[in-house]
Amino acid sequence: MTPQTAILVSLSLPLATCILVALAGSRPNVRDTISFIAGLLTFSSVLSLLPYVQSGVYPGISLFEVLPGVSLAFEVEPLGMLFGLVASGLWIVTGLYGVGYMRGHHEVDQTRFFFFFAFAITAALGVAFAGNLLTLFIFYEVLTLSTYPLVTHARTPEALRGGRIYLGILVGTSVAFLLLAVMWTYHATGTLDFTAGGILSGKVDTPELYILLGLFAFGTGKAALMPFHRWLPAAMVAPTPVSALLHAVAVVKAGVFTVLKVLVYIFGIDLLRDTGASLWLMYVAGFTVLAASLVAMTKDNLKARLAYSTISQLAYIVLGAALATPMAVIGGGMHILMHAFGKITLFFCAGAINVALHKTEISDMRGIGRQMPFTMCAFVIGALSVIGVPPMGGSWSKWNLALGAVDAGQLVFVGVLMVSSLLNIAYLMPIPIRAFFSKPAPVTDAGHGNHDGDHHASDHHDGMHEAPVLMVGALLFTALGCVVLFFYAGSVYRLLEPIVR
Amino acid sequence: MFAEHLPILQIVVPLVSAPVCVLLRRREWSWGFALLISWFCFGMSALLLQRVLQTGTVIYYVGNWAPPWGIEYRIDAVNAFVVFLGALIGSVVLLYAPRSVAAELPGVRANLFYTSLLLCMTGLMGMAITGDVFNLFVFLEISALSSYAMIALGRDRRALTASYNYLLMGTVGATFYVIGVGLLYMVTGTLNMVDLAIRLEPVLMTRTVLAAFAFLTVGISLKLALFPLHLWLPNAYAHAPSVVTAFIAATATKVAIYVFLRFFYGIFGTHYTFEVLHLDMVLVPLGLTGVIVASLVAVYQTNIKRMLAYSSVAQVGYMMIGVGLVSVTGLTATLVHMFNHALMKGALFLAMGCIVLRVGACELEDLRGIGKRMPITMAAFVAGGLSLIGIPLTVGFISKWYLVLAALQRGWWPVAVLILLGSLIAVVYIWRVVEVAYFHEPTGKTAEATEAPLSMLVPTWMLVGATLYFGMSSTFTSGVARRGAEVLMAGLAP
Amino acid sequence: MNVGLLNYWVVIFLMMVGFYIVMSSRNLIKKMVGLSLFQTSVFILYITMGKITGGTAPILAQPGTIYSNPLPHVLILTAIVVGVATTALGMGLIVRIKESYGTIEEDDIQTMDREQ
Repeated sequence: MTPQTAILVSLSLPLATCILVALAGSRPNVRDTISFIAGLLTFSSVLSLLPYVQSGVYPGISLFEVLPGVSLAFEVEPLGMLFGLVASGLWIVTGLYGVGYMRGHHEVDQTRFFFFFAFAITAALGVAFAGNLLTLFIFYEVLTLSTYPLVTHARTPEALRGGRIYLGILVGTSVAFLLLAVMWTYHATGTLDFTAGGILSGKVDTPELYILLGLFAFGTGKAALMPFHRWLPAAMVAPTPVSALLHAVAVVKAGVFTVLKVLVYIFGIDLLRDTGASLWLMYVAGFTVLAASLVAMTKDNLKARLAYSTISQLAYIVLGAALATPMAVIGGGMHILMHAFGKITLFFCAGAINVALHKTEISDMRGIGRQMPFTMCAFVIGALSVIGVPPMGGSWSKWNLALGAVDAGQLVFVGVLMVSSLLNIAYLMPIPIRAFFSKPAPVTDAGHGNHDGDHHASDHHDGMHEAPVLMVGALLFTALGCVVLFFYAGSVYRLLEPIVR
Repeated sequence: MFAEHLPILQIVVPLVSAPVCVLLRRREWSWGFALLISWFCFGMSALLLQRVLQTGTVIYYVGNWAPPWGIEYRIDAVNAFVVFLGALIGSVVLLYAPRSVAAELPGVRANLFYTSLLLCMTGLMGMAITGDVFNLFVFLEISALSSYAMIALGRDRRALTASYNYLLMGTVGATFYVIGVGLLYMVTGTLNMVDLAIRLEPVLMTRTVLAAFAFLTVGISLKLALFPLHLWLPNAYAHAPSVVTAFIAATATKVAIYVFLRFFYGIFGTHYTFEVLHLDMVLVPLGLTGVIVASLVAVYQTNIKRMLAYSSVAQVGYMMIGVGLVSVTGLTATLVHMFNHALMKGALFLAMGCIVLRVGACELEDLRGIGKRMPITMAAFVAGGLSLIGIPLTVGFISKWYLVLAALQRGWWPVAVLILLGSLIAVVYIWRVVEVAYFHEPTGKTAEATEAPLSMLVPTWMLVGATLYFGMSSTFTSGVARRGAEVLMAGLAP
Repeated sequence: MNVGLLNYWVVIFLMMVGFYIVMSSRNLIKKMVGLSLFQTSVFILYITMGKITGGTAPILAQPGTIYSNPLPHVLILTAIVVGVATTALGMGLIVRIKESYGTIEEDDIQTMDREQ
């Protein structure tokens, strides 16, 4: 298989999955098997591109001309390779987890769910492999629209409200700011191709550079930079697998990936450093890091707390891009991977707790460690990785970010990273501590009224009551991933190194 | 022989077929005949467009009388494109028509209806193809009179008042046009467009020409529904039968915009229009106000056809901004949006026609849960709506791209921002429908609804398919539009 | 007889009267009357511009005859036909409106529409 074919196969497999899933809708077992196999095939197809990228050859393919001189084109470079691997790899795991969750939770319209899920992966891979800004923008919008039915899956008034905020902010910022920025770039340079070293140098005056950067940074609503972060907590009305894969991995990472890619390949980090145009962005990102962490502490709903934690972690990556030193950019890129594994583990745990024990509020989770030991152990590992404690993968990306801040001479952001780590501990660690060391709460009927036959968990607190095996397997796998990545961070670093040369 | 007379056959065939259609009293026969003619016209218009793109301007003397005495048909990339558009929409709408007409117009004799539709199509294509300003007036009235008649056929009695008001305003607009043409004739003694452009040049600064300019501006703006001269449009679109709405919404205002371009870029010339009289300083603010105000009004409509009608006013605003930006890119935006908007608005109104057939209403509250009952129709509606918003991979995006680019090239920042703001308002009004259609259980009128018949879904999806296809690969549409824009910028006078 | 610009003054007067009636009258028939006046003024405009003082009908018996320009007159024949068609259609609509609303006063119609 030539790399060009591999790109097309990677993009079209999830799309074909959509159709097959829709056709097999009446037979859930067939449908879910198709999803799983397609996930494996997609991942191996993406993986087959890795040797090329590692050897410095960036395979690309151009499909057709959308506008004069701008085609729908794909090119796989290290950053996109990494994002593509993360999205397609975690799709398999989430697929398994999703089957367990959707069945365990007795969700309706599962076919529609898996249909749009596969569609969203196509869009995420499209973003990852985009060869120019227009292609990236197209798939960015497709990703928004394909995840809207997932966010509003429950169709309750609450879901509808969440969906409005989701769509309003994401489409609003992208049309009003990002599209304008893309057009401005085209107007100024006559091209939209991602080029090493950037294309804006010498084409735009410094004051305009500030505005353009602002349009790009805030226009990428998916990066959840404050004050355009509200959509992410709103999206938590979605079923947990969606929150896990899309709102901890694919969608939000597509946002920060866009920011990284624009700063590296459109602006060029040299231009940013020389003009200092991104200084204000550092402060906005730094503010978001701290403010979101503080808000996270006030949230009692586990998914809401994790959502704010995600906002804070995404700002790390934006900060890395804005610092615009090689080390910081690589740190930001690595954080895409590291945070993905850490946060997806946490979300998986939240979903498992919801399915097994029907608990969503942190204050209800006292003593659940005895019922769900595997889940809560995985939670600890995920939390430690997000905090950045060795030997978890998350420690390396934070280390590189801090080094990058020192390189840039912005010591204040080293401080921000430190404080933020402390805040992470403060809002994440109480959950497992409470789960393992507090006494279980006395049984109350409130909130447990709708138990079905399979789940009598809270009636006997001492016995083990884990979620379905598919879910526990998935979350243990990603937790293991957090540890393994600590040891393989070097290869990730080497993969990303060429982008800042 | 056939190829040589293509320009006149384009008009004569539907014109002569219209009375023949009256004689075919069986519903199916008259429909079949009209359909045949419309597809024949479509084929001819495609050939004509191809010829123009290959060999440049096609000139045809009607009755072999040389201009300026005879009527000249002069077809360049601009009007070939407009004729093609009119024939395309006409043939698709006719394919769609029989079920919808049978359901919505039970008491109407179908042959007369199809006659009117053919006449309307003739008028619109004639307006586009002719090179004679008075001949244009005649075609304008042919299309206008037949559309008044068709609008009045709507089931609701409000269709009658809507049609009456349209008749008043349309006639005032057309009469203003005739006055303008008369004044031009007084100073030049000619009615041929090219001849006019040449002879006007030395006398442009006279008061007569200035008066003609004013009358023509207002008259044509009335016909093309430039805000605030759009008052006839929302009611006419809302209460007309679905087929008629789809046809008129997709074509009538576009042809009027073409006439506007022909007069102010071609006959008066860009120098006089924009550098001496600064018409752009009127068009762009009015266009922008139209975009914002009409979009906001659309948000508050409860009747979806009316909502789409206000959206049309906003879309005319976009096109006129492109006209007012006075550049090749701006005109490309206008021309490409004329085509693109016809596709998407046609698709949307055809989808509404399917809903009216099955549900019997197009009030927002009657459409609860329609997404479950008529998934294919609603999918078409959503696709058309996304295009209206300007989501990439749909034609709406291509139009917005050129328009914003033109605004940036002229250095008009706020215009670019406001254009994008208009898209955001479109999100709101489209999403109101989506939420009602998909987030409620079917109740009341929708409870019993079933999917529309294939004979209506296929034409609807033809337009949706075109919306997506030309959104992904705009080489053809924007290529033709650019050719047209270059022709327009060059002016008519040699 | 040289009447100067008298005809044009008549045209402008008729045009404004007609236009005013269309705008201000609330009765549908009266509006049609105004519209017809408005259109008629344009007919006179065209006919006037074709007239040349001392010119005859354009029958060229011998060369050098001064004749009026026939083209505007021909044009206006077309316009008259269009005007008649418009008036007929308008009147037809008014009949239908009267049938379904029972009135041809615009205010009453608007009230009835609002109540609907």
